[in-house]
Amino acid sequence: MSKLSGLGGRLYRGETSVDFIGRRRRWYMVSSVFILISIGALAIQGLQLGIEFKGGSSFTVTTNNPSVTDARAAVEEAGVTGEAIVQKLGANKVRVLTGSLEQAQNNAVQDALAAKFAISVSTIDTQIIGPSWGKEITRKALYGLFGFLFVVMVYLAMALEPKMAVSAIIAVIHDVFITVGIYALVGFDVTPATIIGFLTILGYSLYDTVVVFDKVRENTKSITSTSTKTYSQAVNLAVNQTIVRSANTSIVALLPVASILFVGAGLLGAGTLKDLSLALFIGLIVGTYSSIFIAPPVLAQMREREPAMQALAKRVSARSGGTVVASTVGAVAAINGRGPRNQPKRKGRK
Amino acid sequence: MSTNTKTIKTSSRPVRTLAILGLVVVAMTALVFVQGATSVRLGLDLRGGTSVTLQPRIAPGDEGKVTSEAIDQAVSIIRQRVNSLGVAESEVAAQGSGTNRQIVISIPGDTGRRVVELVGQTAELRFRQVLASGSGLPAATDAGATPVPGVTAEINAKFAALDCTKPENLQGTGVDAPTDTLVTCDRTGGTKYILAPAEVLGRQISSASAGLDTQAGTAWFVSLEFNNEGTSAFAALTSRVTALPEPTNQVAIVLDGLVVSSPRITEAIPSGNAQITGSFTQLEAQDLANVLKYGALPLAFDRGEIQQVSPTLGADQLNAGLLAGALGLFLVVIFTLLYYRALGFVTVGSLAIAGAILYLLFLLMGEWIGFTLTLAGIAGAIVAIGVTADSFIVYFERVRDEMREGRSLRTAAETGWVRARRTILVADFVSMIAAILLYFFSVGGVKGFAFTLGLTTIIDLIIIFWFTKPALVLVSRSKFFNSGHPLSGFSPKSLGMSAAKEA
Repeated sequence: MSKLSGLGGRLYRGETSVDFIGRRRRWYMVSSVFILISIGALAIQGLQLGIEFKGGSSFTVTTNNPSVTDARAAVEEAGVTGEAIVQKLGANKVRVLTGSLEQAQNNAVQDALAAKFAISVSTIDTQIIGPSWGKEITRKALYGLFGFLFVVMVYLAMALEPKMAVSAIIAVIHDVFITVGIYALVGFDVTPATIIGFLTILGYSLYDTVVVFDKVRENTKSITSTSTKTYSQAVNLAVNQTIVRSANTSIVALLPVASILFVGAGLLGAGTLKDLSLALFIGLIVGTYSSIFIAPPVLAQMREREPAMQALAKRVSARSGGTVVASTVGAVAAINGRGPRNQPKRKGRK
Repeated sequence: MSTNTKTIKTSSRPVRTLAILGLVVVAMTALVFVQGATSVRLGLDLRGGTSVTLQPRIAPGDEGKVTSEAIDQAVSIIRQRVNSLGVAESEVAAQGSGTNRQIVISIPGDTGRRVVELVGQTAELRFRQVLASGSGLPAATDAGATPVPGVTAEINAKFAALDCTKPENLQGTGVDAPTDTLVTCDRTGGTKYILAPAEVLGRQISSASAGLDTQAGTAWFVSLEFNNEGTSAFAALTSRVTALPEPTNQVAIVLDGLVVSSPRITEAIPSGNAQITGSFTQLEAQDLANVLKYGALPLAFDRGEIQQVSPTLGADQLNAGLLAGALGLFLVVIFTLLYYRALGFVTVGSLAIAGAILYLLFLLMGEWIGFTLTLAGIAGAIVAIGVTADSFIVYFERVRDEMREGRSLRTAAETGWVRARRTILVADFVSMIAAILLYFFSVGGVKGFAFTLGLTTIIDLIIIFWFTKPALVLVSRSKFFNSGHPLSGFSPKSLGMSAAKEA
């Protein structure tokens, strides 16, 4: 641990520096590949929607070692004609999923299951979703998503800088694509709890990005009045300075989520806890990635197009082309010392 | 060091801030005892029960729009039906906004199927002539046997035996086929009636409103207007009954099988415009007008979602939620202690106080606004452990950065705070936006997740301002942390600073 803390110090002063901004093409490539796979998975396989979206009924029987065959037989006896899915959950649960049924049929399935397993109807956990219900929650979820993106963009533009807001939102949309893609690819069930977990992640991913951008803003406050580093270099320093923080906050956020996932999937088998935490788990990882590898390079690229920043870049390259600039501040000296060494390398990679 | 001394002088007063926070927690605890809120109210998914979410729509065959008033009426009709089951702590509430609200019915315990059948039916309004009326209590053996002419002995017996004080007799629903003679109670259970088959239907009303008789001053009345069909039907009904003896000259307004009002008909009304007068208060008049309006355009209810959770599953889910919470908390505590060493105790203390405040708020809000804790709510609280701990990390890392720039711990605790505060405020604000939007755009149980997430974001701010920051300032004055002890989390080594630089 203390080794990691020591690394934090070296990263802070720029002695150890990972070139996040210069290697942006590499990160963009990685993300593009993921996004393409996501779109492919969505187009080919689509999302595995839970009954909340399609309408249908779910009956869960909890008893000593229930058999799937018995449950299937009970469903047939109840006269359900459509396809029913029967799953075993853990050691003592069986779940039956059917399409939309009439109320009388729902009752018949409950009665048949109760009779088959010799249990009381009231111990069967039942969830019945009307056929039009899915539209309602889908609509609401979409409103929520767009409302969120819009409000946050306006807020960040005011609290930070407009271009920061745009890059943060680009990173969020990136997260949305990849997370949805993973769901399509693996075939995880999408339920309202998934959607909620997912929307939460958007907030969380932004939290990380905000921490990085706040540092960028601080580092670049009066950058044009100097000619010691370019905007990209300043962003890169900020990312390096905050990376230990990002890693820590992500680990600390992942730990509780992982325990919900572990307990939810392990003890309960399925349901709200598992769906929610799985979405959070995947989203957190993707969100951390994008707040380091996507949002800052996108911001740097947008800002570098500004004439003031291009002029700055020229001044910096003119200066660092010569001898190493003497500086009284250790951190800046370290950066400048690295600058000339880094630049040829970066060019080589492009 | 002279500049440092200056900073410390202008710094906050950590002891006082901590004392205030302590007082707030003590006051909340006292309030909990005063209110007698000793246990958190659990949602149905944690203790077992049935919840039904209904989506109101215009009944098939009718045209028009769902109005906000109609949904309010529907809620009160369904509440009447649910109360007839006599299950304690049943709740009927509208959720969402405007005309797109859902009606959510929650009933603890094992009533599942009956509730589902009961609440889904469309409530109809009908006008029926009163054949007989009496007090709501059952007649003593055969004393009430003044047989009402024109109805069967069976109906007479049923009328005599009816006890309107029993909740199950105030259910109404489904008993009032329009062509039948009906034996029923009024909504409050004070009076019982024998009613003739329906002659005018709610759908034949075209408008209804409450008004104030300006001449009499305080006399509120309800006026109603019928459509063409309704006008002739109501004309026939009124002209027939107006000359009859009490109580057969009354016309009962029956909603969902129960009598809402039974005005006496004083004259034949051929025009289709009627006025109901009486000693109405403003509220009573408006209520009656709303009932009539609702009757004109009754709502049908689509069953959106029905969830029946057995008490066993409820207990399992509660245990799983608590276990996940304990495990998550444990892992975060271990991580912060390993990484921040002794400083981690400030984090542990902060999390403990945040947890205590959250628990107290759960108790108090259960009492004040009927807050119930659901599984999604527990998940929200667990996720919030991470969010809360994040704020500390942002602050601590900032302090360490300040120290790397050569500041002393004492100074860094203050200067680092100024910069970390901004980051934390912006980040928490984003979390808050997320929580608020989630709350308004989610349906059913998952709302609880957004609610606890929002609540914990606020608690996070309180804790970081009033606990973590003053606690760190206090700690920064102690010798142990200032000396850069290896276990303090602020040693030059762990900051990655060379010994030479430190000197």
